[in-house]
Amino acid sequence: MQPVINIKNIKKTYIMGMVEVNALVDVTIQIQKNEYVAIMGPSGSGKSTLMNVIGCLDTPTSGLYEFNGVNVGDMNDNELAKIRNRDIGFVFQTFNLLARSDALHNVELPLIYSGMKKADRKARAEEALGHVRLEDRMHHKPNELSGGQRQRVAIARALVTNPSIILADEPTGNLDSKTGVEIMGLFNDLHAQGNTIILVTHEEDIARHAHRIIRVRDGLIENDHIVENRVLPGIHS
Amino acid sequence: MQLQESIGMALNSIRVNKLRSVLTLLGIGVGVFSIIGVMTAMGVLQNAIESGVSSLGANTFQIQKYPQNFFSDRDRRRYRNRKDISYDQAALFYERMKLAKFVGLEVWEGGKVAEYRNIKTNPSVGVAGESIDGIATNNWNIVNGRSYTNQEVQSASNVVVIGSDVVKKLFPMGNPIGELIRVDGDQYKVVGTLEDKGGMLGGNQGNMVILPITTHMNKYGKERSVNIMVTARDQKSYNDVLEFSRGVLRVIRQVPPGQPDDFEFFSNDTVIAQFNDTTFMIKIGAVGIACIALLAAGIGIMNIMLVSVTERTKEIGIRKALGATKFNVLSQFLTESVIFSQIGGVIGIVTGSIMGNIVSLLLESPPVYPWNNSVAILQTPFLDFTALQMNITALIFCSLIGIVFGVYPAWKAANLDPIEALRFE
Repeated sequence: MQPVINIKNIKKTYIMGMVEVNALVDVTIQIQKNEYVAIMGPSGSGKSTLMNVIGCLDTPTSGLYEFNGVNVGDMNDNELAKIRNRDIGFVFQTFNLLARSDALHNVELPLIYSGMKKADRKARAEEALGHVRLEDRMHHKPNELSGGQRQRVAIARALVTNPSIILADEPTGNLDSKTGVEIMGLFNDLHAQGNTIILVTHEEDIARHAHRIIRVRDGLIENDHIVENRVLPGIHS
Repeated sequence: MQLQESIGMALNSIRVNKLRSVLTLLGIGVGVFSIIGVMTAMGVLQNAIESGVSSLGANTFQIQKYPQNFFSDRDRRRYRNRKDISYDQAALFYERMKLAKFVGLEVWEGGKVAEYRNIKTNPSVGVAGESIDGIATNNWNIVNGRSYTNQEVQSASNVVVIGSDVVKKLFPMGNPIGELIRVDGDQYKVVGTLEDKGGMLGGNQGNMVILPITTHMNKYGKERSVNIMVTARDQKSYNDVLEFSRGVLRVIRQVPPGQPDDFEFFSNDTVIAQFNDTTFMIKIGAVGIACIALLAAGIGIMNIMLVSVTERTKEIGIRKALGATKFNVLSQFLTESVIFSQIGGVIGIVTGSIMGNIVSLLLESPPVYPWNNSVAILQTPFLDFTALQMNITALIFCSLIGIVFGVYPAWKAANLDPIEALRFE
């Protein structure tokens, strides 16, 4: 079966002033459909760079990156924007909702950029908000929502386009542990429904929700293994 | 992304940054206001003057000692030394001008009181003295009664034709014909009334009484300069009549050959042309000021948009992460600045039209509506602009300003690196 993500020997080099920094030295990963993968690593390990590359926010300096079999390395800005729009659902540590727009509009946003008609995208956004059980908070602005609710809006926004992967960057980093457990429960549900989830975190407890953990250090894959004893959250949100 | 979305986002961002938006809108509003205000006011003045001077009949010109208006002391000194056009000279001119259709002679006295029984007017009634043709050359219509007869002019009878304002004041109910009124102390019999032609510059078209010129001169003296009005038979003979009357009057006033005329001609056309000459510079000045104001407003918009882009770096990052292309971001910010300038432009047009038309209230002359498309309010050597064209031009110009000054901030926003932008706090 064709992997969703096929990364082969990628390298990413930044030039900071006069110095070349090798954020990714040589990384090879394959991620299949409906996998639940955690990418772990201390800060400075290259984990954020790897996430940006996987999320098509950045392109590798060299090496091959195929997304659903299409080479991303050759793409221009507009094509990358299209991939991000259709195939990647981002969930961020700081939620990254538009502060001045209500939950519904935030969830609609990716659909606006995909050119969907107003009535259709409203229906889709409402459905996605229903999925994260926020039907009754649709017209609340982010500052009228709790942290957990904000992250659920962000997850609804990530889901609304039916992306190939959901890419979550420290999704529980700004939440208390109880709410964090709820959000992880939601990810488990999403995975159970057939979504492919890539979780970037530095917390062992969070990473152990995934089926597979990829450890990154100094721009290299240190370890890539299947999780033996997965944490199954006791509380489903 | 559809334009509708961009517009919605732009309106939203204007709404959430109220103070900042209002200040920017003010900037562009003032620029447009100044130009539309001045143009509308000038258009109103022009309306007023055109309806004012059109009280002279068609194909009619006037000859006076003084030009219609003069602006400097030097001019005043030059004309002051001219000899008056005496009644005798004017009468002689009348005798010799058989070529013309009408030759009216006219003298004026202003600021008098007319009374009937115990009703008095304000001391603002103009007292005209007219020869028999004067009614026709002034394009006055008698609606009630009659004009005075040749006989009455010859014998300097105490008869009077009264203007519509005086009729309204002194005879709110009754018929004035045959009644005796008092003007400036003397008694006159009313023989006719004039048609109401509405107000004009100075507003005295109806606020006057008309005596035979002989009666007028007996009362107010002969030591005054007579205005001569000449109506040609038709448009074709107008210039001939004008040249002929110039020759006749030069002979009568014994102007040596080679010397300039010691009298002035003017007609509706020359008055309008003169008005346009004077106001043209004012209009050009207004356009200049407005351009500077709009330039300042444009820089204001650019400044605001740059601040806005910086403030919203995170938002731009989010949008880009969610799939906004460069073009999406560019068009969003560009739409925002164009909408800014458009709203400012509309505010300027509305307030400018209102301010300009306040002049029309003061002058009681017809207003110039912003959608008026028939009267040119700005005449340039290349193009004439009506009020409607002026306003449309203003809006297009505002869009241009929005685009020109919005392009750089929008371009800056569109080219932000999504990773950097997302990291921005």
